Amino acid sequence: MAATCAAPTDGIPKTVDKILGKYNSDKKWLISILFDIQNEFRYLPREALQYLSKKLDIPMTDVYSIATFYKAFSLTPRGKHSVTVCMGTACHVRGSLSVLEEFERQLEVRPGDTTPDKMFSLSTVSCLGCCAMGPIAVVDEKYHGQVTANKVKPLLDAVKKADAGAAAKKAA
Amino acid sequence: MRIKNGEDLSKLRKSIMQKRDKNRRLITVCGGTGCRAYGCEDLIAALKNEVEKSGLKGKVEVKATGCPGFCERGNLVVIYPEGIFYQRVKTEDVPDIIKETIVGKKIVDRLLFVDQVTGQKVTYEKDVPFYKKQTRLLLGNNGIVDPTDIEDYIVIGGYSALAKALSTMKPEKVIEEVKKAGLRGRGGAGFPAGLKWEITRKAKGTQKYVVCNADEGDPGAFMDRSLLEGNPHSILEGLTIGAYAIGASNGFVYVRNEYPLAVQNVTLAVEQARERGLLGEKILGTDFSFDVEIVRGAGAFVCGEETALMASIEGARGVPKQRPPFPSDRGIWGKPTNINNVETWANVPIIIEKGADWYSKIGTKGSKGTKIFALVGKINNTGLVEVPMGTTISETVYGIGGGIPNGKQLKAIQIGGPSGGCIPKTFIDVPIDYDELKKLGGMMGSGGMVVMDEDTCMVDVAKYFLEFLLEESCGKCTTCRDGIERMLEIVTRITDGNGTMKDLDTLSELAEVVRDASMCGLGQTSPNPVLSTLRHFRDEYVAHIKDKKCPGRVCKALITYSIEKDKCTSCGACKKRCPQGAISGEKGKPYKIDPSKCIRCNVCYETCKFGAIKKE
Repeated sequence: MAATCAAPTDGIPKTVDKILGKYNSDKKWLISILFDIQNEFRYLPREALQYLSKKLDIPMTDVYSIATFYKAFSLTPRGKHSVTVCMGTACHVRGSLSVLEEFERQLEVRPGDTTPDKMFSLSTVSCLGCCAMGPIAVVDEKYHGQVTANKVKPLLDAVKKADAGAAAKKAA
Repeated sequence: MRIKNGEDLSKLRKSIMQKRDKNRRLITVCGGTGCRAYGCEDLIAALKNEVEKSGLKGKVEVKATGCPGFCERGNLVVIYPEGIFYQRVKTEDVPDIIKETIVGKKIVDRLLFVDQVTGQKVTYEKDVPFYKKQTRLLLGNNGIVDPTDIEDYIVIGGYSALAKALSTMKPEKVIEEVKKAGLRGRGGAGFPAGLKWEITRKAKGTQKYVVCNADEGDPGAFMDRSLLEGNPHSILEGLTIGAYAIGASNGFVYVRNEYPLAVQNVTLAVEQARERGLLGEKILGTDFSFDVEIVRGAGAFVCGEETALMASIEGARGVPKQRPPFPSDRGIWGKPTNINNVETWANVPIIIEKGADWYSKIGTKGSKGTKIFALVGKINNTGLVEVPMGTTISETVYGIGGGIPNGKQLKAIQIGGPSGGCIPKTFIDVPIDYDELKKLGGMMGSGGMVVMDEDTCMVDVAKYFLEFLLEESCGKCTTCRDGIERMLEIVTRITDGNGTMKDLDTLSELAEVVRDASMCGLGQTSPNPVLSTLRHFRDEYVAHIKDKKCPGRVCKALITYSIEKDKCTSCGACKKRCPQGAISGEKGKPYKIDPSKCIRCNVCYETCKFGAIKKE
């Protein structure tokens, strides 16, 4: 029991050290370091920030202040799949709000939140610059263009189906 | 292999040209972010696969290029040497392209672009009106070069401006040339670039920095992304020339994290330039040394403001600081710093190469050169449009943009992002330059041009930008932090149908206070969307307040959905899709919507194939 509990916390300093090595433990790269930590854990774990604060000799308040200022960072675990709806002006005038609302209804979460089963995180972005294809939704880094409220459910179903397929393959 | 000097660069260029067969068949595909949404990566893989399968490997090259800007028609394929232009190409079209065009030398008719005005099919890229009517000084190369290959940039004359500046011009002469060219900052405010450089050069201190601001946060603007991901070496060349002129030994490219491909391509470009001795110690064999670091933003719009951007480069919260001192005096880590945006830097090699006299012939008296606009929204040809300064809105929207889709009427153009304003269609013959736009209550901004038709609600547009700015205000100044929120409350009240005429006066008053009492550009320009819509579209505000109507049929509280009896075929599709169970009906009879259950989600409107859902 103790071993399984300790595993992730043991892993955090090691992972953070590895990332710090890449940046020569230089404070000026704090934002990039946070990016790398987030890439590893899909969010910024408290332990990682505390460890970082100690190693870089930056007060925890400053680390926290930066981690909460920039929208790219999340202090709570994100879901397995990410859904991002572009709310840029071009997408807005083409009806991105209806698309976002349909995602909210389907996933039963608000932007910035993750479904209780940790499968989907919903977020918005101000513009991805693919305005010709608007409204745009990005599901796990794949861009989908000309999304309408009607296309939302099939999009999510496809992700779930792919997951189920992968799970079945693994089981077999 | 390092390039030792200018002569060595010319030799390299010649040897690359000789290596490449002019008559070889080349298939280029736009590999930009926009086209990735169309699946260009699969298309490129399929083309390469088909070339190999057809035994043409070595004879036909497939190349992913930067974004040429015609996003509406992606995927974009051009076949050289003829320049045959295929649009909306899908993976399924690949066998035909190889079999018919590459092997059989025939045109695949269905992939040609049809001119919206004449109805004629266009075979060659050079004849496509969308491109033909532009002046593509900067964008022109995007469709030719592979952004991941420095040789592609060198072969079109890349880095020769740098060689010219380093070997034949003193730093002061470079500044003089940029001043004479009349280049103004393309980031929004339009400050003369040469003057800024001169101030930074004259500032005291031995360590100086140059920065490329690629934190393109304006929603609806993506020209900087396109330049940085499509032709990153041109930006690095401009930045290096600037560093030489200013006397900077280090530079930064601060790029938005939402642009992963741009980050990837510019990072690779820096590595390649270092390998060739175009960055680093003793560039091109001279005494000038300069290197660049790439810094990723982390999702904060305010970091496009120069003092906030510098704070972010230092690894801190991106919060603006009071100016003066200006960055030219005290910038990154207290050292003199010169910041220009991507498009400004991209103009520099052209000015040095062709000369100020040539460059300053393009544009108007006060605004020289070209400007790239991101033409988006309700427009037929969405994409990037590069036109000489002084081109009218009408030429841009109708001549190049192909007008408004679905026979709708133009209502307004929103220029300059959240800092800009909405310009009504009555002003479409106004030439676009820095000064004219300012007179109309807009601003150039970074060049987002969002076209709005009759289905757009201008009060909703003001609300949209206020919501955006509320989210992005850093919170330092009370007027910006709280003023935007109060303005949003009022506008929301109006869109909910609960506004009063007195609200309009309060809104104007608040807007002026926020403008006058906020510290940075974000706060000072934040009321522009409200002020410009109040000025040009007051009647729409009044319609919301007095008639409880939304003329654009957008504001949910003021619209109702119903089913037109004579158009309804009672197919039941709307009922099936309605998330609220608000639609009832049976076969053979027209369906009905229960307004008390309807949440105006628009799903039925999108679902109905017969246009039977009425919004009013």
